[in-house]
Amino acid sequence: MGLLEYKFEENIILTRVDWFLNWARKSSLWPMTFGLACCAIEMMATGASRFDLDRFGAGAFRATPRQADLMIVAGTVTLKMAPCVRRLYDQMPEPRYVIAMGACTIGGGPYAIHGYHVLKGVDLIVPVDVYVPGCPPRPEALIDGIRKLQEKVQAQGVLVRPAHPAQNAADHVLEFGRMDAVRVKWDEKLKSGGLTPQDEDARLEEQKEKEKQAASKA
Amino acid sequence: MNSPGVTIDRDVKTDELVINMGPQHPSTHGVLRVILKTDGEICLDAQPEIGYLHRCAEKIAENLVYGQFVPYTDRMDYVSGMGCNLGYCLAVEQIAGIQAPLRAEYLRIIVTELNRIASHLLAFGTYGIDTGAITPFLYGFREREMILDLLEMLCGARLTYSYIRIGGVDGDVPPGFIDKLREFIDIFPGKIREYNKLLTFNHIFMKRTTGIGVLSPETAIAYGVTGPNLRGSGVRRDVRRDEPYSVYPKLEFDVPVGTTQHGGPLGDAWNRYYIRMKELEESTKILKQCVEQMPQGPIMAEKVGRVKPPAKTEGYMRSENARGELGFYVVSDGTMQPVRVKVRAPSFSNISVLPEIVRGQMLADVVAIIGSLDIVLGEIDR
Repeated sequence: MGLLEYKFEENIILTRVDWFLNWARKSSLWPMTFGLACCAIEMMATGASRFDLDRFGAGAFRATPRQADLMIVAGTVTLKMAPCVRRLYDQMPEPRYVIAMGACTIGGGPYAIHGYHVLKGVDLIVPVDVYVPGCPPRPEALIDGIRKLQEKVQAQGVLVRPAHPAQNAADHVLEFGRMDAVRVKWDEKLKSGGLTPQDEDARLEEQKEKEKQAASKA
Repeated sequence: MNSPGVTIDRDVKTDELVINMGPQHPSTHGVLRVILKTDGEICLDAQPEIGYLHRCAEKIAENLVYGQFVPYTDRMDYVSGMGCNLGYCLAVEQIAGIQAPLRAEYLRIIVTELNRIASHLLAFGTYGIDTGAITPFLYGFREREMILDLLEMLCGARLTYSYIRIGGVDGDVPPGFIDKLREFIDIFPGKIREYNKLLTFNHIFMKRTTGIGVLSPETAIAYGVTGPNLRGSGVRRDVRRDEPYSVYPKLEFDVPVGTTQHGGPLGDAWNRYYIRMKELEESTKILKQCVEQMPQGPIMAEKVGRVKPPAKTEGYMRSENARGELGFYVVSDGTMQPVRVKVRAPSFSNISVLPEIVRGQMLADVVAIIGSLDIVLGEIDR
């Protein structure tokens, strides 16, 4: 602490407000008991004897969103469940964080193609801080995700939290209570993002043509 | 209407109240929603609402070739995935005329019984939490991790295995597996005694669970309840014994049923819970016999390749999973994809009996009753 160090009595530690508050926050992330499917069993295993999530200050599972800081979305979110997930997220007090646990919450996982009732990624309805891949992720992976989140919490500003780009999109969808909109959005994403192999080929061809044109002009 | 020992004071005027329980509730074991109708502290009706975890598994089966559907069966009853793998593979083998080699059959039974123990340990732990005791959860998961280590040695996964394939199993046992399994079989009976001391015969726990949620044998059979819930009502019915499949005819084991020796009625929550604890012992017995009897040999049937059952064949195969009778109905049209796969999930029938056994009980006991049914929502909604 440079000039100020050793100018006061003993046992006085100087630090920044940001650092101190973030340190307190990250060291007691209280997750919500929110098991949706298979991943919930691994989430329970993470909290149980061998892995002991309490070592990282994140083992106090709360049954209500009002007391929770962290929502671990553990399992497949279906279209019927999606409004509940969003409502639970809204009921959590700020600052709040979301970990998307497992392949289903990241992008539909094994149900991405034929799952007509599965939400293709929980980030369509709530802003996600950390993605933990796996089907289901091992407890070590979830612990790593929580450590990553702690790093993120430590690095952020205390008063202003940067808005998440997904926040507005999700508001728009749930305002009308139409989960179909999510599906439409996903279809659009498929089409515009070049996510299918055919689209990807078409995009590459277009790019090549453009390059050719540019070359011929030059 | 009243549960034993409960009297309603008629001087106090109470109104009917409809309470919503779930889908986000720590004691509904997933995303079950129950609409409770109460009068004071007495529960008049409970309607389970399902569908919050409908993952389209049956429709997906129609779009995949036979072998590709195995991983999805893991995710139905995700607490005992091996049992679902086995049920589906047996059904497909039945219509495709494939016979798995003997060593593979023994390996299948070893992994399903191990998984049954893991599943019952989870039920034991979470039931402790439901009734207000956290410690059993930690005890149960301690041994569950041992089983998961064993299964991980075999197939690399802790929860969703896909180890059992059509025509056999994925791979032979790695070195050291059988020794570790023997070690587990040796120490586990001692652990069961520990559980019984800790929770089963705990005075508070017995007071909490005896006499609530009484399921009569007639009601249980009428609703198609199977598994430990049916046996808790005193009906000796187990597919492993009545219609044995795989190598079960060669194995000796008992089918425990509920009693009234604990001082409560037949088919109450304690009985259902205790059957699971008894089954831990039986499964250990089966494991011991399997390890001794398992022959050497191939682990996969020859020339299985791409499964293509003959046209216009259909088959129904039932097997005993941790939660009850699991049935797979597969219809083939001669192509590489099934026309229809219908799953008869035990939890679906088990939860349908909830309104019958909850009626007239105290509101606080509803959680204990749902916990004693030991449902898995992934299997109900599929």
